[in-house]
Amino acid sequence: MPHVHDHDADHESVYDGLTGGDDSQWAFGTDFEDPLAGVDTTIAQGVDASALAAYCLMLGDDALVYSHRLAQWTSNAPDLEDDIALANIALDLLGQARLLLARAAAADPAVVPALPDGSPVPPEDALAFFRDEAGFRNVRLVEPDNGDFAVTMARLLVFSTYRLALLERLRDSNDPVLAAIATKGVKEVAYHRDYAGRWFLTLARGTEESRRRLLAGLALVWPLYDELFRTHHVEAAAADQGFGVDPSGLADEVGVVLEQVLTTSGVERPEIAQTGAVNGQTGRGGRHTEVMGRLLAEMQVVARAHPMGLW
Amino acid sequence: MSGVQAEWPLYEIFVRGKRGLNHVHVGSLHAADDEMALRHARDVYTRRNEGVSIWAVRADAVAASSPDEKDPLFAPAGDKVYRHPTFYAIPDDVPHM
Repeated sequence: MPHVHDHDADHESVYDGLTGGDDSQWAFGTDFEDPLAGVDTTIAQGVDASALAAYCLMLGDDALVYSHRLAQWTSNAPDLEDDIALANIALDLLGQARLLLARAAAADPAVVPALPDGSPVPPEDALAFFRDEAGFRNVRLVEPDNGDFAVTMARLLVFSTYRLALLERLRDSNDPVLAAIATKGVKEVAYHRDYAGRWFLTLARGTEESRRRLLAGLALVWPLYDELFRTHHVEAAAADQGFGVDPSGLADEVGVVLEQVLTTSGVERPEIAQTGAVNGQTGRGGRHTEVMGRLLAEMQVVARAHPMGLW
Repeated sequence: MSGVQAEWPLYEIFVRGKRGLNHVHVGSLHAADDEMALRHARDVYTRRNEGVSIWAVRADAVAASSPDEKDPLFAPAGDKVYRHPTFYAIPDDVPHM
């Protein structure tokens, strides 16, 4: 059972020991940094708070849903080292998701689902665990089942190349919190892209079997590629108001980076029909793929069973 | 390339911490080559903000003393207490002794 209401002092003290006071007792470094330390959290003039919240949900949901997918590799990866590497990547993205969902809730509390009076669930958790499928704003690329390791590496390469290009520009956001989250995220996602790129090359130039699986994986991932660069009206507003990035402007840069990896790997860019919009909507509009419902059910079931729980 | 090896070679990993003066052995891992060993070491052994530098060494490149030689190698130093710098005062501001 989760704790209800009472703050567990012992649990908190674990982190107190690591984040503050005298840490000379620890053999290795502990000076963890708060990425938002000293950041002004007021919303800039000329920024529409509800558009800011909607935009934060988009970037936050990309990270949250993909983090959940990657975390499903835990204890199942081909070897211990890559098991931990994938868990690290999932955790990096989860950290980005937490900050972005918290920013969405702070900008416009109306986006946060209502919970019973007195529930200790923080707004970022309410957004993650108590929103229904149509409320999620992630691109559909992050939803499908992991498939094998080659599919996972193909998807991670595409996603991290896209997200790195996006975060690099988002560092110039006029929203100080988004700029700080992007600054932290660029270092993390640069490593994710490097990790995926190395594996992509290794699998492409490895054995006949690894290459066969990689090509099949890339073909599976590719139909959701174009959607990454489709501009939703919230993203257009975000770019206009100076706090966000218009994804259509990222297509060239992402294409060039992927072309380099593909060429080095001796792989042709796939010519595959793209998954279209459904009634004019894609992931950013709350239209998701068939597997999204099952993914959310698994991710949310425990939190939803305990709306008064403290974790 | 002839044949496929089922196991990656073993590497020994050394990490220098933020406050550490020298690299310390932290464990071992498997990797296909030196570059992958560094990446794996970053993922496995520096997740808790421990490191500022990593060394990765193929385990089969480490020369190790044998337990059988323990006595001839190490016992003779056991009674030479005068080799320790304990017979004179050390100023307070000399660190890392």
